[in-house]
Amino acid sequence: MPDMWTSNLLLHELSALVAGLFLLTAFGLIATRQVLACLRTFVLQSLFLALSAFVLGYLNASASLLAVGAITVVVKIVLIPWLLLKTLGDELRARREISQVLNIPTSLLIALAIVVFSYFVSVRILAVAPKGASAMNLPIGMAGLLLGAYAMTVRREAVPQIIAILSMENGAFFAGIAIAPHLPLIAELSGAFDVLIITRVMGVLVMKVHERVGTTAVGDLVTLREE
Amino acid sequence: MELFYVLGLPLLTAFLSLLPAKNRNFPAALTILDALLVLAASWLVVLKVSGGAPIIAVKDWLECDAFGGLLLLLVSFVGFTAAIFSWGYTKNIVEPNGAERVRRYYWRYNLFLASMLAVPILAQLTLVWMAVELTTLLSVFLVSFPNTPEAIEAAWKYAVLTCMGAALALFGILMLYWGVAATGGDAFTWTTLLNATPNMPPILVETAFLFILVGFGTKAGLVPLHTWLPDAHSQAPSAICALLSGVETSTALYCLIRMVPCAQGAPGAAPEKWILAFGLATCACAALLLIQVREYKRLLAFSTIEHMGIILVAVGLGGSASYFGAAYQMMSHSFAKSFCFLAAGAVLRITGTRDIGSIRGLIHESPFVGTALLVGAFAISGAPPFAVFLSELNILRAGISSAQYVATGLLVVFIVIAFCGITFHLSRMVFGEPVAKLKRARPPLSYVFSIVLAGIPMALFGLYMPNSLMELLRLASHALGR
Repeated sequence: MPDMWTSNLLLHELSALVAGLFLLTAFGLIATRQVLACLRTFVLQSLFLALSAFVLGYLNASASLLAVGAITVVVKIVLIPWLLLKTLGDELRARREISQVLNIPTSLLIALAIVVFSYFVSVRILAVAPKGASAMNLPIGMAGLLLGAYAMTVRREAVPQIIAILSMENGAFFAGIAIAPHLPLIAELSGAFDVLIITRVMGVLVMKVHERVGTTAVGDLVTLREE
Repeated sequence: MELFYVLGLPLLTAFLSLLPAKNRNFPAALTILDALLVLAASWLVVLKVSGGAPIIAVKDWLECDAFGGLLLLLVSFVGFTAAIFSWGYTKNIVEPNGAERVRRYYWRYNLFLASMLAVPILAQLTLVWMAVELTTLLSVFLVSFPNTPEAIEAAWKYAVLTCMGAALALFGILMLYWGVAATGGDAFTWTTLLNATPNMPPILVETAFLFILVGFGTKAGLVPLHTWLPDAHSQAPSAICALLSGVETSTALYCLIRMVPCAQGAPGAAPEKWILAFGLATCACAALLLIQVREYKRLLAFSTIEHMGIILVAVGLGGSASYFGAAYQMMSHSFAKSFCFLAAGAVLRITGTRDIGSIRGLIHESPFVGTALLVGAFAISGAPPFAVFLSELNILRAGISSAQYVATGLLVVFIVIAFCGITFHLSRMVFGEPVAKLKRARPPLSYVFSIVLAGIPMALFGLYMPNSLMELLRLASHALGR
């Protein structure tokens, strides 16, 4: 929408800045060494998601995006950290280093490759895209999604894996709010409902793992596998 | 109206199961009754949709066509037999606060059943996605129900991987919504998507399709994200295994298959190529892995992965004959696999071990269980005269007549390998000299009853198919093509 580009230049720059910060937090989720820092980074990422939704909602005059922002604030910035701290407080405050399959510098290099990959995929889509698309949010949202998947694979502990899954959801919606500004509220509601249940179910499951197996380093769970 | 019953009854039963009744069997009996009513309602739905016109209970929200009706029938039937089986399973829970655990088992059982029944009758894609995600989240604690370290490990892997898959699928669905909104569609239903894709950029449709394929494919156990499936499907209580393996995988596959004709609409997009490649890779991997398993429930889980691969190959081959084969295979797999897991549950109950090597001569010690396992082995591996044989034959014939010799040839090889693997392992357990004494002489009556009941359609449909079901399969296969 070229007219908007001129009239709301500042807001568009703000939206691009938020997108950049969102990507930075996605890297942060891979680079953090402690569980609590991981959660804080996730909250920060959700904040940027909400901010982006507010800005895009204002630009597109879309009430549903403003609602998306509000729901994100309530669910991802307030409820989820509260739920996690309530069920897994001790796990979160453990001051040990998260064990990983690959070390962090290697991880960051791979993460960089993932971002480049999502950029190239998105560029091909954006070239033929229906109007109304944000050139920033699609590649960065996709990168957030794939980086979350990557973080989930390399982290060997339960709570960072949960946070990685939640951040994948953030990535999907970060792209979603831009490419579908009139996203039906039902979509966002089911997304929010979903992350809440994920947090609850997995939180309880982690407690069970802790209780019965004695560790939450889920990378060590190798009883069941092919010989 | 039937659609409301199908969804409402399990939800109601779930809440009623939590009531602190005096009799411990109250939730079990209630669940069996409810599952029977749901089965009856589904049968009414099937009769209606096999007339040709879909049922529309609430437009754009609650709808059901023939393909949905087929899935509804499968889910409700397995839900019924597994509920009967559960009676014997939960009766055995005697540890402290056993009654509380039984109530929670049925609370989750009914919620899980409701979420699976919701998948084929919801029309909006975001809600379908939500329902598929709920099938995972509501069954996690059923998988971890035995509360052994292994079961909890399996539940964790199950939850983590399928939630990751769901996030990938969500991204694909949001991208499709983008395309639908740009072409002017309002409600984001299967029908609008089908009509909108011809006007969407092919690259957008294909990228979205790939995300959805990997996402829902994780849930259906497609290689390479299948690793959770043998764990979860072998550690859960056997009644839950029957549901997970027999129908839960099919519900994920249903969403995936529905997506194929939508994606084919975009000019130049070729989703069937991806489907075929993933299907063959899945078959190959499962067939080779199931040769070396040591546990019989794990063996059956690998066989599920193999069958998911076969159905995908059938969809990928294309053509109405092949689509018919895919729908047929979906049905025959559900009946046979749920039977197998119930039989395996009976074996586990009387022997107390999951290990193939420590069970010999089952047929001498317990003729009923031994026979059931043997029949199940032949039925699931595709020996005549069972329905799996006919459906696989249908697919292979369709592949040959459309001159796709390489794919069909590979499929034959994998089916033969899997056949040998399954029959070899399971017949080793059934025949021979007994090595260890049985833990108990015979399985509970509810096990016997549910196995017999599950065996009826499995044995019958290989010899005779009622006309209404044939018609249902034919109509369902229309949904697979454009």
